[in-house]
Amino acid sequence: MSLDKEKIKHVAKLARISVDEAKVESLTKDLNSIFKFIEQLNELNTDKVEPLTSILNQSLRSRKDEISDGKIREKILKNSPKENEEFFVVPKVVE
Amino acid sequence: MADITNQSLNEIIENVKTKKVSSTELIKAYVKNIESAKKLNAFVTTTFDQALDKAKQFDNKPNFDQLLPGIPLAVKDLFCTENTKTTAGSNILNNFIPSYESTVTKNLWNHGSFLLGKLNCDEFAMGSSNETSHYGNVINPVGDQLVPGGSSGGSSSALAADLTPATIGTDTGGSIRQPASFTGTVGLKPTYGLCSRWGIVAFASSLDQAGPMTKTIKDCAIMLEAMSGFDEKDSTSINKKKEQYSKNLKDNIKGLKIGIPKEYRVDNMPKEVDELWEKGKKILKDLGAQLIDISLPHTKYALPTYYIVAPAEASSNLARYDGVRYGYRSKQGKDLIEMYEKTRSEGFGDEVKRRILIGTYVLSSGYYDAYYLKAQKVRQLIKKDFDDSFKKIDAILTPSTPSSAFKIGEKTNDPVSMYLNDIFTVPVNLAGLPALSMPAGVDKQGHPLGLQLIGKALDEQKILNIGYAFEKNCGFKNKIKKWWS
Repeated sequence: MSLDKEKIKHVAKLARISVDEAKVESLTKDLNSIFKFIEQLNELNTDKVEPLTSILNQSLRSRKDEISDGKIREKILKNSPKENEEFFVVPKVVE
Repeated sequence: MADITNQSLNEIIENVKTKKVSSTELIKAYVKNIESAKKLNAFVTTTFDQALDKAKQFDNKPNFDQLLPGIPLAVKDLFCTENTKTTAGSNILNNFIPSYESTVTKNLWNHGSFLLGKLNCDEFAMGSSNETSHYGNVINPVGDQLVPGGSSGGSSSALAADLTPATIGTDTGGSIRQPASFTGTVGLKPTYGLCSRWGIVAFASSLDQAGPMTKTIKDCAIMLEAMSGFDEKDSTSINKKKEQYSKNLKDNIKGLKIGIPKEYRVDNMPKEVDELWEKGKKILKDLGAQLIDISLPHTKYALPTYYIVAPAEASSNLARYDGVRYGYRSKQGKDLIEMYEKTRSEGFGDEVKRRILIGTYVLSSGYYDAYYLKAQKVRQLIKKDFDDSFKKIDAILTPSTPSSAFKIGEKTNDPVSMYLNDIFTVPVNLAGLPALSMPAGVDKQGHPLGLQLIGKALDEQKILNIGYAFEKNCGFKNKIKKWWS
């Protein structure tokens, strides 16, 4: 299987990363060499193998649905690139 | 007294306890070293003033019963540190100041140590040479043209150059063990779940594990003891009794069965690596261990599996960097979507973008079964290889890396050749096992090489014991000349 430039632009769109037109060529080359490497797995027959979903022999713990902190709005907003009093600010979404 | 910074952590602790050196004197010695080692570019941030305050507090009211009394430590910049900038080596976190402390670093501070600074690393821990950091390449103290390994390259460089008495890194596919091997130091990747992942900038959550990087095995045991432990904030943390790794360290390995896997060889592997492996086998055998040939038949599929699983998890984990709640935001972008796209394009470096794109693709509709599901099945086979072998052996001995440290720029144009560097370290992460890299010798250029000991899940004490016995009989001495100061 090989990835063409259009496919890569589509995946970049899905990943919300804008890709410089000038860089698409080298990115295509790199990703194709990586996929060629990855596709060695096709040599293996895995029809009867269960996928590994957890390496721990334990299921994830659940905890009580209780508030363990709170009143930390200021701390949470402190690192935002743009905020207004109590909110994160983003470019206008609704006209 | 003589230069205290070239001693082991254990020796330094003894010197503090017997009041031969104060915490304040200690930190002054490290500050001096760090300031004269700017060429290595090991630090992204230093916290000298804060550290000096803590040292003075300790000296005024010392508590010598702690594991790390008055010890300054620099840590990889992937651990969130409260009120100290945490970048993960990325431009997208160039202004991020966490309001919380990672569990692992908090554990270290609770044992009496304090933060000396944050160490450079590959961006989001994605790299094997510390050449993907937004904050520049880190140099290996072994030679001014050499990479320090990656992703914990700032950690290995700082440790080998006496800029911190010990340090911690994270290991997703070899990021502790490979840099340790490249710098002649000790690095341990613990069993998945032994050290909390809470507050560590996430890369691939089913593989990531924090661990110690030190000058000696004893130091490694001390650090592991201090940093590990159950944490309810990490849902994959293992709830078990805390071990006293340093107190229980023993050098008697008589009768232990050591597996030698025939698959741990690659084409064009320098003959020194093979010779070193032979030397390692001989040392263990002479100490009374029994060598047993084993086979881990799916070893060659570990890297291709890793390059599906790790990018898939990374693409999900890194979706959070959107320029809204924290981190860098692009000035461009007329609407919300364009703002996301520009922010992520300008904020992430090339290697991180590559991996996000691979991950997005392998998880995308129509391709999930062919890639991600396939990889999870092969991961099962790789784990089974280890499970089967460990029924008849106690530990596995392999080389840590297929070569010694390579030159800066040597592999940057070919991602796959860079990935191949982790061929001996990646299988362990896929199987969730503990593994130790210990310095064992040098190649013909005099560059350090390491051997790896792999243990059963939660069998850290045993591989530390084997490492301890090996270290006493190997006679490796790191001969680094301080060319940078």
